[in-house]
Amino acid sequence: MKVGLFVTCLVDLMRPGIGFAALRLLEAAGCEVVVPPAQTCCGQPGYNSGDRKAAKALALKVIEEFDGCDYVVLPSGSCAGMIRVHYPALFKDDPAVIESIKRLSARTYELTDFLVNIAKLQNIPGDYSGSLTYHDSCSGLREMGVQAQPRALLARIPGVKLTEMRESTTCCGFGGTFSVKFGEISTRMADNKCAHIAQTGAGAIVAGDLGCLLNIEGRLRRRGDLDTRVLHIAEVLAGEDACK
Amino acid sequence: MQVTAMHFKRKAGENLCNEKLQKALEKLQTKFVDGRAAAIAELPNFEEVRDAATDIRDKVIRNLDRYLLRFEQEATARGAVVHWAETGDEVNRIVAEIAHQHGLHKAVKSKSMVSEECGLNDALESQGLDVLETDLGEYILQLAHEPPSHIVAPVVHKSKEEIADLFEEKHHRTRTTQIAELCREAREVLRPGFLSADLGISGANFIIAETGSVLIVTNEGNGRLATTLPRVHVAITGIEKVVPTLEDVTTLLRLLPRSATGQSITNYVSVLTGTKEKGESDGPEHFHIILLDNGRSKLLGTELQPMLRCIRCGACMNHCPVYQNIGGHAYGWVYPGPMGSVLTPSFAGLENALDLPNASTFCGECAVVCPVKIPLPDLLRHLRTRQVEQRLRPWPERAALRLWSWMAQRPAVYALGTRLAARLLRAFSGSAQRFHYLPGVTGWTSGRDMPAPAGRTFRDLYNSRRSS
Repeated sequence: MKVGLFVTCLVDLMRPGIGFAALRLLEAAGCEVVVPPAQTCCGQPGYNSGDRKAAKALALKVIEEFDGCDYVVLPSGSCAGMIRVHYPALFKDDPAVIESIKRLSARTYELTDFLVNIAKLQNIPGDYSGSLTYHDSCSGLREMGVQAQPRALLARIPGVKLTEMRESTTCCGFGGTFSVKFGEISTRMADNKCAHIAQTGAGAIVAGDLGCLLNIEGRLRRRGDLDTRVLHIAEVLAGEDACK
Repeated sequence: MQVTAMHFKRKAGENLCNEKLQKALEKLQTKFVDGRAAAIAELPNFEEVRDAATDIRDKVIRNLDRYLLRFEQEATARGAVVHWAETGDEVNRIVAEIAHQHGLHKAVKSKSMVSEECGLNDALESQGLDVLETDLGEYILQLAHEPPSHIVAPVVHKSKEEIADLFEEKHHRTRTTQIAELCREAREVLRPGFLSADLGISGANFIIAETGSVLIVTNEGNGRLATTLPRVHVAITGIEKVVPTLEDVTTLLRLLPRSATGQSITNYVSVLTGTKEKGESDGPEHFHIILLDNGRSKLLGTELQPMLRCIRCGACMNHCPVYQNIGGHAYGWVYPGPMGSVLTPSFAGLENALDLPNASTFCGECAVVCPVKIPLPDLLRHLRTRQVEQRLRPWPERAALRLWSWMAQRPAVYALGTRLAARLLRAFSGSAQRFHYLPGVTGWTSGRDMPAPAGRTFRDLYNSRRSS
């Protein structure tokens, strides 16, 4: 099966290793992976800021880029949710493109969901060893139903000890531009998350969305925690040598 | 009530530093979030009831005129008088006229958020009426001269110690922090008020079209006293509260207390129908029902129409991580939390509440817990879209977004821009590889470090690996 990898703008800019980790995982699952070279952003920042026009233009660009793929996979529940849930809403009154939008949406998956339910990944390349705790990112959880999948994959790495934190499904406070517009509230939410992470005593916090991870890492470091590692689920599953 | 939503950010900041408030807000998790979870777990067919309730509310909203007229007809046939008010001021005028017409001087009130919309207490007091709030929370707020901060638990922002201080000051009795003792004290003060009042004012959780009844759910019993002891009862509610039948109400009642307070049913469910008939021992001699629009009908036929399904349970605010951290007063009007962030701009004007639709991370929990499936994040996003269309967003934000979308539509420019940004930021971040301060995103860096990019973009690395 031909899988289009949409690395997402945040991964492209901030932490490309996550993109390579996703690539290794998809290949390990036997997928033929293509990375459309002109990909940029799914349009979510514009969409959530009320700029539907910009969001629509980017959505049409995404459709075109991933046209020949059997599936589109993203290492982000939030961007996957944008395509799966919000593209159809964005074009609901646009009969000319709604069908192709729906076709794209139906074959778009968040990475761990895809690995478990579609590609049925057998051997996990990663060999992470140590304790970690998992944060359920909002859109992945509530829009894409991602909750059991990452845990099922982590459970198959012998060295992983998963300790659940309190309120793992409560928002970390990122929320895209919210994190800058309402910095104080966002910081408090991140701080609550950091306290719950600290209570577990885990050596790493793992999540499926880089936005949340940057937010959590930023607050952990500001609180003086320089030790707790902040990792994307793809990095843990693929093994860190995939990310270099 | 005055709208102060434009001060959202400042108030939120103050509330985050208010330790007493922060302590008080901890109640939300145990009392409301855990309580609701336990209560809905009792209902094996919760999702089916939720679908049914959503359908009932949708049917009403689609045929609002028909059900309201039926309600008026049935209520009138049973001796009530139905009044229609377009604004809060009209409600105040109607209640003042009723008081004047019947020669009333002393009002007792059961909790009513719609009356808060109108600023009814101030208006009546300026006409020389005594008004006594009898819901314990509202009574405390009346003593403290504060607005409610929650639609179900209006005084959730106060600790029992603060209430003990207030009671000591106002009641001149020995201070106690025992909740049962505080309740007894309030009851003793309120009882003579009930007995001497000639006007009872209440809200309505639902009004029932087929019987012309007003239904209220309460836990303290004050609602029954306020609506049956005084010789005149005035019920004030929003036009969207109508429900076709008693049968429909039973479906909604399976969800309202569970979603609101985690109770399978409230202590009292009162169905108030008509006036006191000959030979009956209780009930008011005169029953007036005021139906308020105040912007509700403007939502009909718009993207915001689903908001009219709201049954005011408060689950969206109880579960909102923003509300949980800042409390209700920051939202600057009667309705806080996600539902308030939709209603305040809708009723009071988009330009008077610019922050509210943006004060959400779109985590989606509000939509998950809403008993009538209001897609609150979608409605908030719609309000953001309107802000953009009406050019109400500040120019730096518009410019930044425009630049971003312009670049994102031009892959070559985008590749170059991100390549430069990744390298420059990495170079300037020093050995820590993160920023303590970064101009342009100080909202972020005031409370968090900003991790630096790795140095080369994925695109860059991928291309060089492919070509090697």
